[in-house]
This record gives sequence, C-alpha cells and structure tokens, in this order.
Amino acid sequence: MRPFEYASPNSKEQVAALLGTSWEQGAILAGGTDLLALMKDDVVTPRRLVNVKGIDTLRGTSYQPGNGLRIGALTTIAELADSKDLAQYPMLFEAVTEAASPQIRNLATIGGNMCQRPRCWYFRSGMGLMPMTKDGKSLVVAGDNRYAAILGTQTGAYFVSPSTIAPALIAYGAKVRIYSAKASGSGVRELPLGRFFITPKSAKEREHDLKPDEMVIELIVPPPPQNLKTGYFEVRQKAAFDWPLAMAAVALQMDGNTVKSARVVMGHVAPVPWVSDEAAATLVGKTITPDTAMAAANAAVTKAKPLSMNKYKITLAKAAVKRAVLKAGGAA
Amino acid sequence: MSQYSWPDPATQPLLGKKILRIDGPSKSSGRAKYTYDYNPDGLLAGKIVRCPYAHARITSIDTSAAEKMPGVKAIEIVQKPGTEIFWAGDEIVGVAAVDEGTAEDAVRAIKVGYEVLPHFVSDAEPPKNLAPDTGPISQDDFESMEDNQVPDDEAIAILKKQGVSFTADEKWYKSMEGEGTDPKVIAALRAAKVLPPSESKSPYKRTATQKQGDPDKAFASAAATHEGVYGVPCIVHCCMESHGSASEWGGSNDLTVHISTQNLSGIAAQMAEPLNTPAANIRVLQQNIGGGFGSKFAADRWDIVAAKLSKSAGGKPVKMMLTREEEFEVAGMRPSAYARVKLAADKSGKLVAWQSNSWGTGGMGGGGTPPIPYIFDVPNQRKQHTAVATNQGSARAWRAPNHPQAALITMAAFEDLAAQLKMDPVDMLRANMDILGPRAKTYAEELEIAEQLMGWKQNWHPRGDKTAGPVKRGLGLSIHTWGGRGHNSDQDLSIHPDGSVDLKVGSQDLGTGTRTIIAMVIADTLGIPLEQVTVHIGDNRYPPSGGSGGSTTVGGVSSAARRGAVDARDMLLEKVAPALKAKPEELEVANGVVRVKTDPSRSLSWKDACAKIGAVPLTVRGKNPDKSKPPDLTNSGVGGVQMADVSVDAETGIVRVNKMVAVQDCGLVVNVETAESQVKGALIMGISYALYEEKILDPVTGRVLNPNLEFYRLAGLNDVGELVVHMMTGKGYDDRGVIGLAEPPVVSPGAAISNAVANAIGVRVPFLPLTPARVIDALEQGGVA
Ligand SMILES: Cc1cc2nc3c(=O)[nH]c(=O)nc-3n(C[C@H](O)[C@H](O)[C@H](O)COP(=O)(O)OP(=O)(O)OC[C@H]3O[C@@H](n4cnc5c(N)ncnc54)[C@H](O)[C@@H]3O)c2cc1C
Repeated sequence: MRPFEYASPNSKEQVAALLGTSWEQGAILAGGTDLLALMKDDVVTPRRLVNVKGIDTLRGTSYQPGNGLRIGALTTIAELADSKDLAQYPMLFEAVTEAASPQIRNLATIGGNMCQRPRCWYFRSGMGLMPMTKDGKSLVVAGDNRYAAILGTQTGAYFVSPSTIAPALIAYGAKVRIYSAKASGSGVRELPLGRFFITPKSAKEREHDLKPDEMVIELIVPPPPQNLKTGYFEVRQKAAFDWPLAMAAVALQMDGNTVKSARVVMGHVAPVPWVSDEAAATLVGKTITPDTAMAAANAAVTKAKPLSMNKYKITLAKAAVKRAVLKAGGAA
Repeated sequence: MSQYSWPDPATQPLLGKKILRIDGPSKSSGRAKYTYDYNPDGLLAGKIVRCPYAHARITSIDTSAAEKMPGVKAIEIVQKPGTEIFWAGDEIVGVAAVDEGTAEDAVRAIKVGYEVLPHFVSDAEPPKNLAPDTGPISQDDFESMEDNQVPDDEAIAILKKQGVSFTADEKWYKSMEGEGTDPKVIAALRAAKVLPPSESKSPYKRTATQKQGDPDKAFASAAATHEGVYGVPCIVHCCMESHGSASEWGGSNDLTVHISTQNLSGIAAQMAEPLNTPAANIRVLQQNIGGGFGSKFAADRWDIVAAKLSKSAGGKPVKMMLTREEEFEVAGMRPSAYARVKLAADKSGKLVAWQSNSWGTGGMGGGGTPPIPYIFDVPNQRKQHTAVATNQGSARAWRAPNHPQAALITMAAFEDLAAQLKMDPVDMLRANMDILGPRAKTYAEELEIAEQLMGWKQNWHPRGDKTAGPVKRGLGLSIHTWGGRGHNSDQDLSIHPDGSVDLKVGSQDLGTGTRTIIAMVIADTLGIPLEQVTVHIGDNRYPPSGGSGGSTTVGGVSSAARRGAVDARDMLLEKVAPALKAKPEELEVANGVVRVKTDPSRSLSWKDACAKIGAVPLTVRGKNPDKSKPPDLTNSGVGGVQMADVSVDAETGIVRVNKMVAVQDCGLVVNVETAESQVKGALIMGISYALYEEKILDPVTGRVLNPNLEFYRLAGLNDVGELVVHMMTGKGYDDRGVIGLAEPPVVSPGAAISNAVANAIGVRVPFLPLTPARVIDALEQGGVA
C-alpha cells in the first residue's frame, strides 16, 4: 500500500473540501472492506483517505409509514439485518442477510456497498474497468470471461455490478441522496437508485453517477404498497460466502391474483443492476404460474449476448428470474 | 531378546483408542506459534521483485533508487540480466527493509527491463498425430521428472532408452540425492549415454505407446465399449500458512532458520551449498506448520534469498513469507491430467481392454503421468501420454501425487461403462475383484461396509434421477490405494531419575497428530499416563527423521518410538530388578507401576522405580528401520472405498454433497481420533477440488486470474455435508503394522462425486471442478433435465 494522508472530518460539509476534484486526490473511507483491499493491490492509489465514520448523522435507520425507510449511508449491513425497520421489506432483509460474511457485514456500510467497485479480475489486477489487449481489443473478450456480463455490454464494459443488495433496493423503488457541495440549494441531489449505476462508455468513466467530491448520504425506500409481493433468488455456487453467478429481485404490485405492475431486477449479469422491463411487461395482467414465471425468465434474457465462456449465465439468470417470480407469487 | 512387536490394541490403554491431540489446546487457544508468528525485535521484512510476464528475458536491473531509500537494509539480485524467465512471478530481486511497507516501496523502486517473449499456458488437448518424443533428456527435463514424481522404473527406462543431453557435476548429483532422488535412478543417470540436445521447441512431449496384451482383439470381441474424455485441471495447495522462513546469522557464521516445512531434518543440507555454509552451522526450527500438503519439502529460492539478505544486513533476522498471490504463482500446484479413454468389458462387467491418450501440464516440466488405468490390472491395454509444457510455476507433490487424477479418469470411465451395461457399479466392481491386485480382499470387505453405511442398495438408481422437480439425487463410488511405509526416524528417549520421560526427534507435526502418536506409543510401552511423556520436535539438533511426505510419518515415528521405549523399559527393569528381588524378565510395567508379573503385590511406583536409574537420565536411541530389532513394525499398501451422495439442481447446475462415506484401511490404527480426522480432512479437501478448485490462467496475459480465495473457491463448512468415516481394524489389519494415512483418502472424492453427479443427472460432466457452467453444459448435451 502506498503512503496516504488521513483525515477524519465530522460533518459532510468538510468532506467535500477534503476530497478534491479527482479520484486520485482523495477517497471516502467507510467500512474499508473494499477500499483497503483495492489499495493493498495497488488498484487505486488515493493520496488522502477521508474517514467519514465520525459523521453520526449518517448512521442508522428510521421508518415512517408515510415516508418509508431512510437508511443512513454509514449504517452497517449487520445493523440493517438487525433493524426492526426492515420488517416491511422482507426482500431487503433477505438480501442483507445473505451478503458476504458476518465479519464483512459487521464493517461494511450500505453506502460503501452501493459504491463498491467491481470484482472483475482484470480490474482487480490493475488493468482498469475496460481492459484492453496490446492490439486494442477487449481483454475480457479475448481472455477468460466465465464471470463476465451477458447483458448491457454494448459499450464494451463487461464487468458485472457487484452489489447484491442494490437489485433488491431498486425493486422497491429506492432513491439515493448524494451530498454535493455544488448542487443547488441544500447541496443534496436525489436520484432513483437505478440511475445511480451507469455503464461506462470509456475507460475514463466510472460505474456510478458520482463525482470525486460527492458523497452518498442516505437511501430512501418508499413505503411498500399494501399489495406488494416480493421474491428474491441468488445462484451462489457455495452455500455461503460466495458471489452469486446470477440473481434476481422481483417486486409485484398485485390486483387480487393478477399482477398490476412489476419490477424485475437482475444482479451479476450486467455492468449495472439490470432492470428488465421486458420481463416485467410479460407479467402485467397475468397470474403467477410456472408458465408465466418462465415467460418472464425468457423475456429477461432475450437481449443477452454471451461471450466464449459465459453462456451458462443465461441459463442461471433465467433460473433466478423464474424462481424469484414464483417466490413473489407465493410458491416457495 | 526384547519383544518389539506391536501389542494387541485390546490390551493397551491408548493404542487403537480415540485420543485427543496433545497440542489441541495450544492450537485452539492461539498459543501455538507458527513461522508466520516469528517476530523478534529488529526483524526485517523480506520482499521479492517478481517477473510480471509469463515468458521473458531480463534485459536490465536498476536497484539504485531502492538502495538510497531510508529503511532499505539489503538488496540481492536473484536472476541476472540475460536470464530467460519461464513463468510469471519468478524471483528477480530480493529486498530487506525495516518493515513491509518500506520493502514494498523498495520493490516498486527497482526497475527491471524485460524483453517479453511469447508464452503458452493452455493445457487443452494436444494436436493429434504428434510424433513421440524420443530425444535425450535435458537437465531441466530430468529435474521436472523428479518434481512430478515420475515413478522410478519409468524414469530409469526413459534414461536407458533416450539418453541424456547433459553431463552433470558431482554437486548436482548430490543435490538430487538430497532432494530424494532414488540412488537407482542416479545410477541410471550416470550410466545414460550422452547425446546432443534435441532441437524441438514444441510444448508437447509425447511418450511412445505402451502396450499390454492384445487390445485390438479384446475391443473387437468385448460385450460393451465406452469412450469418454475426463480430466482434472491444475489446482493449488492453498496452505493457510504461506511458504516462507525467517533467517538470522549469529556470531560465528551460524545460521538460524525458522521455516514452514514438512522436512525439518532435510533443510540444513539444502541450504548449506547455496549459502556456502556447513550444514552443521545451520539450525532449523519449527514448532507448528499451517499446512503443507506436499508443497513444503524444499528450502525454496526465497528462503535462500532471505538468508543472504540477512547476511548482508549484518545478520539481522529477515522474514520472507509469501503473499497469497505469490503462493498461487510460484509455490507449487497439482498438475492437470486429462484423457480420452476407451474401456471395454465382457457381459459380466469384467474389464477386458483399456486404451488411453492422456495429457496434462505441471508447468515447464510437463506434468506427471497419471497411473492409469488406476488399480485395475486390465489385461489388454494401449496407452500414450503427452506432457504439455506451460509457462507457469512448477508442480509440486500434492497429497497423493497423480492418484486423484488417475482415480477420476479410471473410475469415471468405469461407471460410464457400468451405466452402458445397465449394471450397478458396486456389482461391476465385485465382478472385477480378481484384477484389483494385492488389496482385492480389502476392497471387498470395505465395499460391503461402505454399501451399508451409504444405504447404497436402497438409494442407488440407474443413471438419471427420474423424480419430478429440478433437484436430482445420485450416488457414486471410487476406490484408491497408496503405499505409506514408515520413513527413517531416529529418536532419543530419556527416562529421568524423577520419573519424567521425554523424547527428542527432528520431525514435524503437520497437524496430523505426530506428537500425540509418539507420546501414546511411549506411554503404553512404559505403562505410564500420556501426560507424563513430553515430546520435543521441530529442531534439527534432535536426531534426524524423514520428511512428512508420502504418508510415511506415522509408520516411521511410531516404529522408532516403540523400539526406543521397549529398550528403555527393559533397561529400567534391569536396574529395578534387584530391589524387587526378581529377574528383569519377571517384571512388567503397567498403570504407573513396575511389578512382578506373577505377584503384582511386589511392586514399585514408577517414580520410585526411576529413582534407581542413578544420577543421569537413561537415554536410548530408537530407530526405524532397524533390522537388528525385528519385526518390521510398519508396512506398505492400503485400500479404501468411498461413496458420495449428491444433489444437483438441474436448473442452476449447482452440486451439493449430501453425504460422503469413507471406508479406509491403514494397517494398525494407532489413534482412531486422529486417523478419522485425517480422513475427514481429506474428504473436505476432496469435496473442494471436486466442486470448486481450479487455477485459472489467462490465455492473453499468462497470469493467474484467481490468485485469491475469492475466485479460487474452497469448500466451507456448509458445503461439506455429512462425513461418515469407518476405519478397518482387527484381524488382517492390526497385524500388518502401522501404515500411513494422509494421502489415500484424498484420492477418491473427485471420482466418487463426479460419478454421483452423473448418476443424478444422467450425463457425465467430463471435467472437474463440477461448476454450474460445466453441469449446465453437460445437461445441454443430454441427461434428465
Ligand atoms: C469476500 C467478499 C464477499 C463479499 N460478498 C458480497 C455479497 O455477497 N454481496 C455484496 O453486496 N457485497 C459483498 N461484498 C462486498 C462488501 O459488501 C463491500 O466491500 C462493502 O459493502 C463495502 O462497504 P464499506 O463500507 O466497507 O466500503 P469501503 O471499502 O469503505 O468503500 C468502498 C468504496 O465506496 C466508496 N464509498 C464508501 N462510502 C461512500 C459514500 N458514503 N459515498 C461515496 N462513496 C463511498 C469508497 O471511497 C470506496 O471506493 C463482499 C466482499 C468481500 C471481500
């Protein structure tokens, strides 16, 4: 690890000034479970770490029936798993209890979880988000792409978005609030979480809608409508402590036995949490049966473009969508 | 004449019982210290500049910037400009600095220029129609043959037939002998004709075809023939404690080395020459080791570098422990092995013909030849093997070298053929008992027990679980064998005048229970409680003992301990006899007393008896082997049967092991507890390589893509399922003497699990690990989903 400066501000206003305008200048240190590993491997080399854990207002959750759930960015995943406020959000509870390992959940924050960097092995060995061969071709296409994305790869980005919690949050319609000294008014900008994740179009871009001097301060999850049904499924090779190969979070707003509207969000299949409007569309107006679930699963992957080694992920993604839809529909 | 033979375990308080490890508390409480924990004052951190390319030539090295950095204490060039480098991660320059951070900064400040050369890292099937390689053996070829444990007879035959392309000096012969090359092989080397080196730059070396019987005729008249391709990729040892050592020099050119090793008594000899220091001046220490599995027999180049750095730094201790990434690139791996197999049987399921074209890689050396067909002495055979040289760190022995690969290739073909004949593989195995070699009776007995423990008769079904739903269940089986004769061991046993007892041996306890085994044998033989025996290991100032490899330790240390303890006991009885007014041979020891056999009321407590020893302790040397003190207390050759019960989710390709049954023989079981735990550990390791493990090399960059425990997966507790272990004991087993156990039980899990998956889904997944990708692929070719 390279030498760095360390700052421990206690207000979000101070953070922005300490961070500066380039990623190399400063990085936010939350739980550190991702950042420190990246620094040890020399993948990122910020000159200053800005420890935000002293900012108490960014910690903890609250739930109000009218406004929904507010999660401070510094809330740890373990705290979330223990929070009564998640009672209304069973799919979020499932997502946080299955993520990573107890040790990591104790340190990792939800803000850091949203902002964590991809696990792509080329990225992790310092070759960037869009690694290239000597002759300018995609290294992922030419190399070993067994874990690469199957959807949303048009720009040449093949890593998969790592958070397993983001798909569940997006399925609930969560918003993210970002402190940005330059934002007009209060300095806070808000956007749907689904739009926070972006696919870089070039090696210079990042995978989040976030500037070097901005900070995620909280997540807002709207109150779930009475008739919302959710289902979640992860395909993990090992029983515990493993990244999924594909996953799906499904939220269905029901009208009696039929689906009024649906959100189908897949994880680990694309450079962003992948919202499949195609899959959702097949469900609207239907009752949930193995056949309608299968139709949604098929629709979810119609645009998939596998590489030489990751075709199996299409099968896995389908299984995840089908099972999540069936779980939402009440079948175990 | 003293009676050295093993007593009947039924008559002994400890032998053949379940005894907890005596070092368990120190380990579970964290008090046990490992090489990694050695942190004396003034310790310097060692780091290595490594080559980032899989194949390159060093053009320049500039250490000037690093030399000027404060805190950098020594720099050592390992390979000079001009040297060709054959794998990524190879050592170029060593650095010692006041702390790890400074050493890392120095590593970054050292500028090495490279001419990048083309690399080759694929172990995919070699092109057809390669001509067999008949050229002379180069020095590198030979060293890698040894690294890859090519069987001695095979090596001798190759040397005779192909000659060599080099003349070696005496030093080199010595060093090969030091590393365990058999004297017969050395003799064959010396006798081999010297020829000009062959020119071929091809990565493939194909052996000549080996033939036995008349395979063509046998295939033509067989009732059923199955053809398939099977294989296992390169995997990595993944010792929790990485490789490495800490070296420091004392006043009169004495070197002390703390090292993580399976070969404590062998290290000084290996370090002496490169350090130009008499082995007698080198002290080697290790109390605990965090795993070796075959990868820690040598004083490695980084260990030598650490010692040299220490010398340059005025003798200050330099610790050089590899990072996880370095472990994956340079500290050894298990060679891959693949084969196209054709196997035929008659109507009764008896194997009649085998044909195989196998290949695999173990780095530049090409990889070991798997002993196929495994165990079955199929009467008619034709086989050929191609060693593939790849630009990656060399293979090292991995728990039962070449056997797990051979078992997978053979037993998978066997069960595929059984499926074709619509036979239960258990029945088909029974039909082949007469070609299973010397352990046939063992297999037959074990098979019956395994069948019971697995509920095979009730639960087995023909290929393809036809029940509804995506989750398919299946059973599979495999058998295995191993040698396991005890190695050489010298031990000094002392009975002190106060009644305390200690033993000194230059051995190591790999976590297997070596300390415990020795203490048990001594305590039983002397008739005293286990706690009264102290076992000192881990110091090369103690009498030498063999390296812990090849499952040789338990047989070696227990036999030597038994001989020493019998001698010590008999000498004590001589000293005590007058006090009890009896002849020594009329006395016995038991329950902490020395007494007259026919009149137990005439006795002395152990302490009082020992008071008769005199002023200095009574010390004897126990040895193995020792022809002067028969009988032979160890033996060679074990058999094991394993069965797996798995569930496969046919929609996600995920395999879960529900249950493993392992029935294992190892001759006389000294300690049932540590024996069972050894087998359980092997099953866990086996489940891991069956389902998850694969060293993934990038075709483009030639580097390991998963040099971490994140994408190089290891089984966790939840992945393991129920483990049922049955150790064979009693007549036919106890009377064979003590035989090693570390390796045999890790041979079968891959084959048994692969067979169970095929049984569940109705189609073979040809290669390990059985990942979702491979299972889904296989299901697309057929099967029940
Ligand atoms: C072995 C392993 C398994 C894992 N498995 C899972 C899993 O199954 N599912 C899953 O979702 N995750 C998993 N993780 C990832 C883990 O959840 C993340 O590392 C963690 O959530 C990151 O949070 P942190 O607080 O430690 O972030 P840090 O490491 O402190 O920061 C991560 C990144 O986010 C930035 N950052 C942090 N907080 C903010 C903020 N408030 N605003 C802006 N930027 C910020 C940092 O600058 C840094 O770039 C796993 C990790 C490991 C090592």
